[in-house]
Amino acid sequence: MWRAFILMLLVVVPVIALTLFFAWRYRASGGTGKYRPDWDRSPIVEITVWGIPIVMIGILATWVWDKTHSLDPYKPLPGAEPLRIEAIALDWKWLFIYPDLNVAVINQLAFPVGQPLSFRITSEVALNSFMIPALGGQIYAMAGMETQLNLQANEIGTMQGRNMQFSGDGFAGQTFDALSLSQDDFDAWVRELKQSDEHLNAASFADISKPSTDAPVRYFSTVPPDFFSNRVAHFMGIEHENAPHAKAADQ
Amino acid sequence: MTDSTSFLLGRLGLDALPFYSWVAFSGALVTVAGGVGFLVLVTWLGQWRALWTGWLTSVDHKRIGIMYIILALVMLVRGFVDAIMMRLQQALSLNSQGYLPPEHFEQIFSSHGTIMIFFMAMPFMTGLLNFIIPLQIGARDVAFPVLNAISFWLTFAGAGLMLISLVIGKFSTAGWTGYPPYSGIEFTPGVGVDYWIWSVLVSGVGTTLTGINFVVTILRKRAPGMLLMRMPLFTWTGLCSSILIIFAFPALTVSTTMLALDRTLGMHFFTNDSGGNVMNYMNLFWIWGHPEVYILILPAFGIFSEVVATFSSKRLFGYPSLVYATAVIAVLSFTVWLHHFFTMGAGANVNAIFGIATMVIAVPTGVKVFDWLFTMFRGRIRFEPPMLFTIGFMCLFVIGGMSGVLLAIPPINYSTHNTTFLVAHFHNMIIPGVLFGYLAGYMYWFPKAFGFQLDRTWGARSFWFWMVGFLLAFMPLYALGLMGMPRRLETYDNPDWQPLLVVAFVGACLIFLGILSLVLQLWVSVKNRKKLLDRTGDPWDGRTLEWSMPSPPPDWNFDTVPVVSSRDAFHEAKRTGAPLPAADEEGPLCVPKNSVMGPCMGAAGMCIGFGAVWHIWWLAFAGLAIAVVAIIGRSFVLDTERDVSGEQGAPPT
Repeated sequence: MWRAFILMLLVVVPVIALTLFFAWRYRASGGTGKYRPDWDRSPIVEITVWGIPIVMIGILATWVWDKTHSLDPYKPLPGAEPLRIEAIALDWKWLFIYPDLNVAVINQLAFPVGQPLSFRITSEVALNSFMIPALGGQIYAMAGMETQLNLQANEIGTMQGRNMQFSGDGFAGQTFDALSLSQDDFDAWVRELKQSDEHLNAASFADISKPSTDAPVRYFSTVPPDFFSNRVAHFMGIEHENAPHAKAADQ
Repeated sequence: MTDSTSFLLGRLGLDALPFYSWVAFSGALVTVAGGVGFLVLVTWLGQWRALWTGWLTSVDHKRIGIMYIILALVMLVRGFVDAIMMRLQQALSLNSQGYLPPEHFEQIFSSHGTIMIFFMAMPFMTGLLNFIIPLQIGARDVAFPVLNAISFWLTFAGAGLMLISLVIGKFSTAGWTGYPPYSGIEFTPGVGVDYWIWSVLVSGVGTTLTGINFVVTILRKRAPGMLLMRMPLFTWTGLCSSILIIFAFPALTVSTTMLALDRTLGMHFFTNDSGGNVMNYMNLFWIWGHPEVYILILPAFGIFSEVVATFSSKRLFGYPSLVYATAVIAVLSFTVWLHHFFTMGAGANVNAIFGIATMVIAVPTGVKVFDWLFTMFRGRIRFEPPMLFTIGFMCLFVIGGMSGVLLAIPPINYSTHNTTFLVAHFHNMIIPGVLFGYLAGYMYWFPKAFGFQLDRTWGARSFWFWMVGFLLAFMPLYALGLMGMPRRLETYDNPDWQPLLVVAFVGACLIFLGILSLVLQLWVSVKNRKKLLDRTGDPWDGRTLEWSMPSPPPDWNFDTVPVVSSRDAFHEAKRTGAPLPAADEEGPLCVPKNSVMGPCMGAAGMCIGFGAVWHIWWLAFAGLAIAVVAIIGRSFVLDTERDVSGEQGAPPT
């Protein structure tokens, strides 16, 4: 970004400076510049003013091509096996499911520092946009569709994540804490989730699906298999075999 | 809103009146008072007949143009009230509710965007196009004068629906883009989104007709010798803009109609379930929405080109470059719509290609800026208010262009999309780019329209308030966006943001002074109109044909249609001292007769819109019937022209 910014400053600053300089030098009231009212073409100037932007955009275009591919949010990050997380946008909160750990949590996200994170994201409601600004970019969450995002935290700490796309009255408060923990702390966090009395199922999902603002953190010690895929699929009228009560959650 | 619907009133009930908050209630009160005040004033002055024959039923492009601009200036004030309310809310709402409940805040940001784009910028542009283009190309009127009146009245009906929503019912909470599924019936069941749909739809039809009208006018009604490459730049940009309107606005009409079908008839184009797909809406909307940006800004570029040449007392530098750059921008504007949703999950190839396509537009735009710069070079620059706005534009616009290129880089866009960085960027294009252009055009051509100049001091004051106010209001938003602040945020808990939001509010207050200066400028100028009188018709030493006639121009524009033999034909004529030769014309001098078609179609559009919003179906069908009957009736009117040869001031035949 800084590279692109500085490259453009090379054009923008001279343009502003020249505008002000010409305005002063050629002012009607006592300007010292020559007056050539019919001077309206100059091949050298024309080539320069087409040439400079073309060269600049040419350079930027190669960077764009390069960076868009290397920083593609769908591209898995190198390193350790990623931690899989599934995020579902609700009114106005986030449900995070850890399919490999078989736990779920509302409005809190935790992960071990240094391990790549692989998100699958959808929405149960309006268009949402999932983002943890300190870690990287955003990606839309859309009902009946799945988007992906790969992130990684390199430092321990608490960050804020949120929905970036206006989605109704509770939008302003649709935030969550993202906890980047050491492996030990993360394991302890998972153990805590495992001890919760609550289970993610049709009934509890119907309950958390009710619109609410600034929803408190809630832990779920178990999650039905393929829960996320079924939430995506049910908008198409498709039911997975092992999704016993997914439809009930709609009512 | 009542759940039950009746035949007579649909879902309209007493609960539609805005007693839910004092802010909304005062807004409604001001709107109603403004409307009633206007009616009382006209009655008190006994001017109903003059208003009806002189303006409301007039098909004269100049009067229609002026009515468009009055509409735009009124809506500018209305849209600005929304803006300063939002700025105040965000300046106050750290860890608190502020003074606005969420639903009201949402209506305000939705109506601000809708008004500023559809009912401020579009009418302002169309008004300038209307007033100036026939004069610049040596035409006696537009190609289809009655259609032109219909366009205006449909736009007026759309704006009227917008204003009514302030008093009866509520406006949309879905933002000016109306993204489904949030804008669908499942999430926003009230009338708000319907108001948005129908005001946009009705005025959009008017705009499409304007596009057709101006393409035909510019291609077919030019004076002899006015070759395409001799047209003034404003006419060129008007042509490109009109072509874009013809191709882009149908996409808006279709997408909003589909949304209306979803909402009203239970269809599933954009719903979450039953096979609906929100991505289709985003694509359709931005296939209109991106060209729309250029529809607005190209004519502003045209104005800057005219202004910079006139006030530098010099030929426009690189005229062919400017024409080709305009055409290139017009074509490319259809190739970049996807950059509005890089974050939707498209692959890297798609995003990179659209990112690069977006940056490519910076090339012709950059060329334009350089051409204006070199027009000033070796000129003799007069700092009249239009020129001040132009210089301010050149300095600020390149900053917006830079942030635009940054946003076009997908990896950066992932972090800045939906933040106030984006808000700052497009305001940076639309205020210094579009609005400064239109204000420059307003001050530049005002003496042509009314025969006296606008006060210079207040014009300059307005410019400085706008310039400094813009910087204070939007530079903090760039910073806030990089700090991760989302747009459309009603409350927040990050104390670092508040100081910047307070600065932005101060900026909005300065912009308020800028608008106040515009009002005072008009007031002072009307008061001193004798002193500011312009008898020459050419107060700025202009270069193009519109300055060759008296101010204000007669109904028939040109006593004799000039024969054009060069660019800047009027300037050449002044230089050589030889008047522009007159073209041979056959038949008597005629102008189109007044027509009630405009007000009729406006009323029809208003009935259809209001009926559809409130499900008052008899009213909607009555509106449709008015339109059909009016069109059939009009086709029987054969005597459509008035011979003005004998009128006072008419040239001898």
